[in-house]
Amino acid sequence: MTGTKETGGRRVRRALRQPRAAAGALVLAALLVGAVGAGWLAPHDPARADLRLRLKPPSREYPLGTDWIGRCLLSRLLYGIRLTLTVGVVTVAAGVAAGVTLGLVAGFYGGALEGAIMRATDLLLAFPYFLLTVVFVAVLGPSLLNAMIAIAAWTAPHYVRLVRSVVLSVRGREFVEAARALGRPELGILTRHILPACVPTLVVQAAIFCAQNMLMAASLSFLGLGAQPPSPELGAMLGAGRQYLRVAPQVVAVPAVGIFLGVLAFNFLGDALRDHLDPGAGRAA
Amino acid sequence: MRAPGLTGGLAGYVVKRLLGMLLLLAGVTFVVFGMMYLAPGDVTVMLAASSPSPEQVAAIRREFGLDQPPWVQYGMFLGRVAQGDLGDSWIDRRPVMPQVLEAFGYTLRLAAVALAVSVALGTAAGIVSAVRHRSATDESILTVTLLGISVPVFVTGLLLIYTFAFKLGWFPTSGAGTWRHLVLPASTLASFLTAYNVRMMRACMLEVLGQDYVRTARAKGVRERWVLGRHALRNALVPMATVLGLQVGLLLGGSVITETVFAYPGVGQLVVSAISARDTPLVQACVLVTASGFILVNLLVDVSYVLIDPRIRLQ
Repeated sequence: MTGTKETGGRRVRRALRQPRAAAGALVLAALLVGAVGAGWLAPHDPARADLRLRLKPPSREYPLGTDWIGRCLLSRLLYGIRLTLTVGVVTVAAGVAAGVTLGLVAGFYGGALEGAIMRATDLLLAFPYFLLTVVFVAVLGPSLLNAMIAIAAWTAPHYVRLVRSVVLSVRGREFVEAARALGRPELGILTRHILPACVPTLVVQAAIFCAQNMLMAASLSFLGLGAQPPSPELGAMLGAGRQYLRVAPQVVAVPAVGIFLGVLAFNFLGDALRDHLDPGAGRAA
Repeated sequence: MRAPGLTGGLAGYVVKRLLGMLLLLAGVTFVVFGMMYLAPGDVTVMLAASSPSPEQVAAIRREFGLDQPPWVQYGMFLGRVAQGDLGDSWIDRRPVMPQVLEAFGYTLRLAAVALAVSVALGTAAGIVSAVRHRSATDESILTVTLLGISVPVFVTGLLLIYTFAFKLGWFPTSGAGTWRHLVLPASTLASFLTAYNVRMMRACMLEVLGQDYVRTARAKGVRERWVLGRHALRNALVPMATVLGLQVGLLLGGSVITETVFAYPGVGQLVVSAISARDTPLVQACVLVTASGFILVNLLVDVSYVLIDPRIRLQ
């Protein structure tokens, strides 16, 4: 699992020299500026409606046009990006922390502990995809926070299964047996030899899930089960604006592009990091 | 997931997993029942006429067994399920099972088409991409899939509706029944899944192509075709099988968004409307049916590990 003596930081910097990764980093940086600086950059209050300005095309005063009650789409986009990025990062962090720990323990130690963890995982995953979040949100009440709780709870068991399946296929390999033969403590084998084997899968998955969780939050809001009006959440904007698709396409296009760029940035970045953080892929090149 | 020992063999393992599946399903019913029980609002108020008298409410509560304590309600529900009766809808008083099965059939049709297309395209493109690692082909495939993954399903759906229904008029915007109704929703789902499959297949292939046994096989002069098929592909299929198992669940769940965008009468749309109507028996039936299918698929995935990778023993 060695090959290079590079530090993680240097590998990440090298990864960023790839064109796609650079594009992803640029888009993400731009989105971050927009998200953090929404308060200063937004030309208007994202919630201020003016019915005289309904569904106006882009103009000098409203660079991206207005929605069906005359709110500034650019201002709403900036605040919406802030929400979307937060949702993606927070839900993945929570899901990974729980899922990786349980997956390692289950795959490595086996026995009754594994049985219990996997049964609980099966139970959560027995609710297909959206169903768990939809039922969850329907009970707790539709709000962005409840949607996030549901999404994190949906993310974790996937990591448990994935990590466990990698551990199972790695557990019997020579380098693990060698470490054991050398008398390394169990915890050391787990963290120094087995966890690194899981990292490539985890990075690809974290990228996919960050993107997917942002999409899922937007989807819940699209269905009216996530962020509530007048929140400038991008999915909610899209869901409510859908009926104006024919007359004022910007109402749908603006939030759609916002979600797309946020998800794209994470996908590009995660993908480049995978190629450079994964020693196996490095040797294959 | 681990099962009996080798003495039990595959059959014993499957039987044990099926028994475990029944327990899981009981757990699913418990969770769903608990959630619907804890959910705010009172169905009897919605059921009765706009301003029901206390007597009417009491009568309705008796009729549905709502005057009983929750564990009795749950017990009654489980007893009926054991007899294959999932009850009647609280809203239209029709038995829920035929409704759910009909919707499930629609979802299966949509899912089957989308999954078949996406697995075929995804696996092929993923292998090509991994084998030609870092080539122009790889880079283009990768860029396209990354773009595909980043487009929200509802945006794809709306885009297809706008183009092929509004502008060109080739396909209907919504509904179900003919193959023409299936084209746009299936394309919507498949475009997302294909991109996802290419990515996973490529990642899994790259992972194994960097392994020592692949290098060894090449070093001893094994033909490249054989290296890829025998040494690399079979190992790459282990993590891929997990992903596919999870993906079938994603599809069985009905891809609520796709069904909503296209007003397609699948189980995803049914469960959303049932939840808004607080129609507990209908929600429970939807979840039970989809969860059963999903648990069964994941059992198959676990069994397939052994067939794909002999290093993993069912012990």
